[in-house]
Amino acid sequence: MATQTAQLRTRVQLEEYQVKNTHTVDFPGAFHGYDDAWSLNSFRKNFKIEIIKVDNEEMEFDMIGIDASIANAYRRIMLSEVPAMAIEKVVIHNNTSIIQDEVLAHRLGLIPIAADPKLFDNFNPGDTPTNKNSITFTLQIKCIRNRSAHSDATDPEELYINSKVTTKDLKLKYNEDQDNAIPNKDIRPVHEDILIAKLRPGQEIDLEMICVKGTGADHAKFSPVGNNLYLLVWLMPEIILKQAVTGKRAKRLAKCFPEGVIGIKEIKGIKTAYIDKPRLDTCSRQVLRDPELKEHVILNKIRDHFIFCIESTGSIPPADIFRESVKILRQKCHKFLEEVNRNAISDDT
Amino acid sequence: MDEDEKWMDCADSEWTKEKNLTAPVNKLEDKWKLVPAFLKVKGLVKQHIDSYNYFINCEIKKIVNANNKVTTDADTVFYLKYLNVYVGNPDIEESFNVTKPTYPHECRLRDLTYSAPIVVDIEYTRGAQRIRRQKLPIGRVPVMLRSSICVLNGKSPVELAKYNECPIDPGGYFIVKGVEKVILIQEQLSKNRMILEVDNKGNALSYIGSRVRQRKWGAKKLPVDEARDLLANVVLSHIPSILDDKDYYGNKRLELAGQLLALLFEDLFKKFNSELKSIAEKNIPKQRAGPVNMNLRFLEFDIVKYMRQDQITNGFNLALTTGNWSIKRYKMDRAGVTQVLSRLSYLSALGMMTRISSQFEKTRKVSGPRSLQPSQWGMLCPSDTPEGEACGLVKNLALMTHITTDSDDKIIINLLFNLGVEDINLLSGEELSLPHIYIVYVNGYVLGAARNYKKLIRTFRLLRRDIKTAQVKRILYLIANYINEFVSIYPNHTYRQINIALDGGRVCRPYIIVKSEKPLVTIKHIEELSQGIRSFDDFIRNGLIEYLDVNEENDCNIALYESDINSKTTHLDIEPFTILGVCAGLIPFPHHNQSPRNTYQCAMGKQAIGTIGYNQRNRIDTVLYQLVYPQVPLVKTKTIDLIEFDKLPAGQNAIIAVMSYSGYDIEDAVILNKASVDRGPQADAQTGKTIWKHKVLDADGICMPGEKVESKQILINKSIPSVTSTPIAGTGQKLLQPEYIDMPMTYRGPTDAYVENVMISSNNDEAFLIKTLLRSSRRPEIGDKFSSRHGQKGVCGLIVNQEDMPFTDQIMNPHGFPSRMTVGKLMEVIGGKASLLDGKFRYGTAFDGDKLEDLCQTLIDYNYSYAGKDYLTSGITGEGLSAYIFFGPVYYQRLKHMVLDKMHARAKGPRAVLTRQPTEGRSRDGGLRLGEMERDCLIAYGTSMLLVERLMISSDAFEVDVCNNCGLLAYSKWCHYCHSSCHVSSLQIPYACKLLFQELQSMNIIPRLSLTQYIQ
Repeated sequence: MATQTAQLRTRVQLEEYQVKNTHTVDFPGAFHGYDDAWSLNSFRKNFKIEIIKVDNEEMEFDMIGIDASIANAYRRIMLSEVPAMAIEKVVIHNNTSIIQDEVLAHRLGLIPIAADPKLFDNFNPGDTPTNKNSITFTLQIKCIRNRSAHSDATDPEELYINSKVTTKDLKLKYNEDQDNAIPNKDIRPVHEDILIAKLRPGQEIDLEMICVKGTGADHAKFSPVGNNLYLLVWLMPEIILKQAVTGKRAKRLAKCFPEGVIGIKEIKGIKTAYIDKPRLDTCSRQVLRDPELKEHVILNKIRDHFIFCIESTGSIPPADIFRESVKILRQKCHKFLEEVNRNAISDDT
Repeated sequence: MDEDEKWMDCADSEWTKEKNLTAPVNKLEDKWKLVPAFLKVKGLVKQHIDSYNYFINCEIKKIVNANNKVTTDADTVFYLKYLNVYVGNPDIEESFNVTKPTYPHECRLRDLTYSAPIVVDIEYTRGAQRIRRQKLPIGRVPVMLRSSICVLNGKSPVELAKYNECPIDPGGYFIVKGVEKVILIQEQLSKNRMILEVDNKGNALSYIGSRVRQRKWGAKKLPVDEARDLLANVVLSHIPSILDDKDYYGNKRLELAGQLLALLFEDLFKKFNSELKSIAEKNIPKQRAGPVNMNLRFLEFDIVKYMRQDQITNGFNLALTTGNWSIKRYKMDRAGVTQVLSRLSYLSALGMMTRISSQFEKTRKVSGPRSLQPSQWGMLCPSDTPEGEACGLVKNLALMTHITTDSDDKIIINLLFNLGVEDINLLSGEELSLPHIYIVYVNGYVLGAARNYKKLIRTFRLLRRDIKTAQVKRILYLIANYINEFVSIYPNHTYRQINIALDGGRVCRPYIIVKSEKPLVTIKHIEELSQGIRSFDDFIRNGLIEYLDVNEENDCNIALYESDINSKTTHLDIEPFTILGVCAGLIPFPHHNQSPRNTYQCAMGKQAIGTIGYNQRNRIDTVLYQLVYPQVPLVKTKTIDLIEFDKLPAGQNAIIAVMSYSGYDIEDAVILNKASVDRGPQADAQTGKTIWKHKVLDADGICMPGEKVESKQILINKSIPSVTSTPIAGTGQKLLQPEYIDMPMTYRGPTDAYVENVMISSNNDEAFLIKTLLRSSRRPEIGDKFSSRHGQKGVCGLIVNQEDMPFTDQIMNPHGFPSRMTVGKLMEVIGGKASLLDGKFRYGTAFDGDKLEDLCQTLIDYNYSYAGKDYLTSGITGEGLSAYIFFGPVYYQRLKHMVLDKMHARAKGPRAVLTRQPTEGRSRDGGLRLGEMERDCLIAYGTSMLLVERLMISSDAFEVDVCNNCGLLAYSKWCHYCHSSCHVSSLQIPYACKLLFQELQSMNIIPRLSLTQYIQ
């Protein structure tokens, strides 16, 4: 009985045709004999963050002992509320390429810019661009024939100079209007090889781009995680073998899961399956199609064990994105508390 | 077995011997490669081009030859004789007698007609002289693109690019005054064939019945039945009473551009000649009566001076622009023969080229001609027909259909006599009615009788198939030319007939010949085909493949698959998916869909926005839709490759999740991910609006490319002179100072637009022609229409923030599936998912395609659920969804219907001049009508004041003065009838009511108004 309730409370169960117990049930009074009142101590005791992998572009960590609503709040904030820099205004002096002005501007907007948004002020409508609130790039490029090209060359890259416009061609422009130095000289597009347009001899692009700070809620281009890559949050899978699976069946079982999920070791000379790395499981439920193995396996997900995989566009390191999201959530809480308290006071009077 | 049959068998054994050497080891799986080979030779619109070429190269000569002499009674010596006729190269007349070669795109841009001169060599008399003139133009004929006289004929893609032409564009249409026009294929009953059917009107029967003496005995019958009995039992007792089916497709002939133009030309040419004749008749006596001076040659009647080109030119142009083919000489009066080529997408243009319109029974509610005839199998697409009025009457050709052109019957008749057909005139009635004697008909004419019909048919087919065998048997000397591959022969056992058809307009389709239960096409042949050693024509020439028309198909036993071949099989189908046309060919797994869904998709695919051709950026059309990032579908079909849809796609692979979300997805609405929209998918640019006007100021008065135009801004600041007459010299008229009135061209539109391009040119009348091309970008918004390739259309119901959505581009409600039964779409999702995982395109070709098991296996191999359903997390709560969600990529099309073009609201605005009521329609910023039924509701509800407000105050309220004494309308508080103002009171009536009173008065009816106090 107790194990059943525990299963109900802590696990999401993957069955063949449905997912069971998806909802959180740890509110007070939901189960007899459980005290689900929230306490900081028990949260402190249970809450854990385990970092699996961090580098400049990708980060994977586990957040354990937290409710789905909070974990999801971080995900949502990272997607749409952590600010980042992106090209917002494009002043087109000349564009004789075949790409229409609006489309070109849209393409430029999606280029991830490596710049720390914390160093910039917000850019409000009507503001003049300064080094404090914006970054200016210029792009001046013209395609011409390559006179030294081999006579029987057919490749446009060899025939013409500047036949491809890429992010490499963007030049940082210093606004001379004030003493404010550019906060960071390292500002540049994250990738050098993003194709912006293709040109042919005689075609020319001459434009100026102004990057400002914004959030993913405004436009997806400001999302520090969303642009080309992804942000995923999922629950830790758990696989339970009800009884020992041995021999050929063990092999078959291993085949039903991605490589590495099921390991096989010899116990007393018998090849026996054991759960090796459940986090690699993709929840394909292939095992449930095997009428025999189906009986031996329970597929679960641990309800309060979240795997965060943050892949940054490169503009901000993923760890910073997460840290930023924590800050933003904290600010929101403060603001909420303020509102609650103010209302409480006004109610009293 | 007589001798002839022996050699036939011997030929058979030769075949089998040859077969044993190259016996197919495994099955002919790659026989579908014959389809691209066929299309390479024939092209997608070859029917049109073939037919036009036949007109230009042969028929025009025949027509001129048949009418080659103009004589007159006024002068028996006078004659005009056409020696030769040919069509020159396409050109345009720059000025009088100065021509310049042209090309199609120039004509499109400059609103010209892409045409070529018809040139004749003539011989005629001028006075006593006989004169020969060569290369005399008599008129201009519009040139079909990609025909033999078109400049694009046989050009490589590089050369086509120089002409600003898309290499994938199929051609087959005309350009008349800058507009692309298609002559639709016309379906007709075949001519000169006997078709028996029941007389529905009964006129003839009752006429006969009334003249038959009533029998004294037996039950009395109606005269109609009496007549029917008489005809069946007495007059036509020797004819088995089997009625022909009029809808049977073997009884249909398709009329194409060439035939229609030939008819038109014949009429115009005859008119041209008769006019010349009447001119000659008028002028020759006049000139005789003039001063007798033999030295003054110019006085002699010269017919060439009267040969005006414009009659024939205008005749062609008028017919093509209006689509009215009314030729009284042939009792022909058809409307809507031509249509403007729809350039919404590549597919819509292509779909138009294969369209067949039926001539008769437009509005009648008969089901016969509308229903799908089994004989249409393989010839017409079973899916592609419009819904509603024209359902089943407008049809489309299948992929491998070929339409024949006329061919010469002399050779065939000669051949038939040599093959043992006896002349009908030499035989007596008794001989003809012998049971084994078959009468031979050529094109419906009786030619003779054959004793051994089986042998005749077999030999005939053999000769048609294989010239080599014929050579071996030394029959070649019998025929000057071998039989055209499109000639068909088939017996009719009920009437003991052998029909040989070589007329134009028959639909036919190639099949692989089967001998001794083995298809003649072997793997070796297919390999040669892939290596490029063999072409489709070689298959025909070597007698491996032959064309069968609908009638001959009935005398054959065709196997669909190689495994179906049995001892009776005569032919093998090349590839079953070719029974579909181009539009239906786009659908993946159509054989898993409910059939109406495929029909819907056929109509919808034509509305999809995408790419229309490689030259799309050079075109200036009235409206032109373009997709910014078009994609090739992940799940393709063989047809997609064949028609090169993958090079001009119209749609994008969107990741859709089949689940319910919010409630904004009911009734087929789709939900879009805002981030997906932000990142560009489906965003589209539309260019539009051409402006044409006569006079122009200098270049400064025209908008600049790249500029943003807001509504009501001027695009071209032109003005026109109010005085257009120039004084005639010597009349003393003064040159009036020209006054100019500003006539600026303004932009009106719901959103801002950008000037893409401006073209300044001149048209044929040497008037200035300015075209401005405007562009506006359309980000997908709520209310825009989208559709998958399975007839599943829906509007966007909601655009949701990325964080609230599962990791997909779109959400579709699962209720769309059970009633529509579009299993093909489910399979497309799985196929698309599989192709995403391993990076290879999948094929959903009809009756073929990738197997579902293989697709699922790919999913399993990449650790996805085999069913395509996965565990997803709710973006709103962060908890898992309690159902597994079916999701994956589906090729979605953005349809041309966008809210921006349709949104409409009015508070106050323009009114009609006559009635002073609000105008009607969105284009005139009109009001929304409160109609009769709505009015009824208000009456029933009793809201009389609301009724007054809607019908009068908000519409055409008008203050009138009424004299209560006489009851007539007064003016300015003064009754002109009573000459007093004491009874005049003022009230409000609808202006339409006032109009009615006045109109009645003008008819001598006096409506009098009697007023009472409102509150008493």
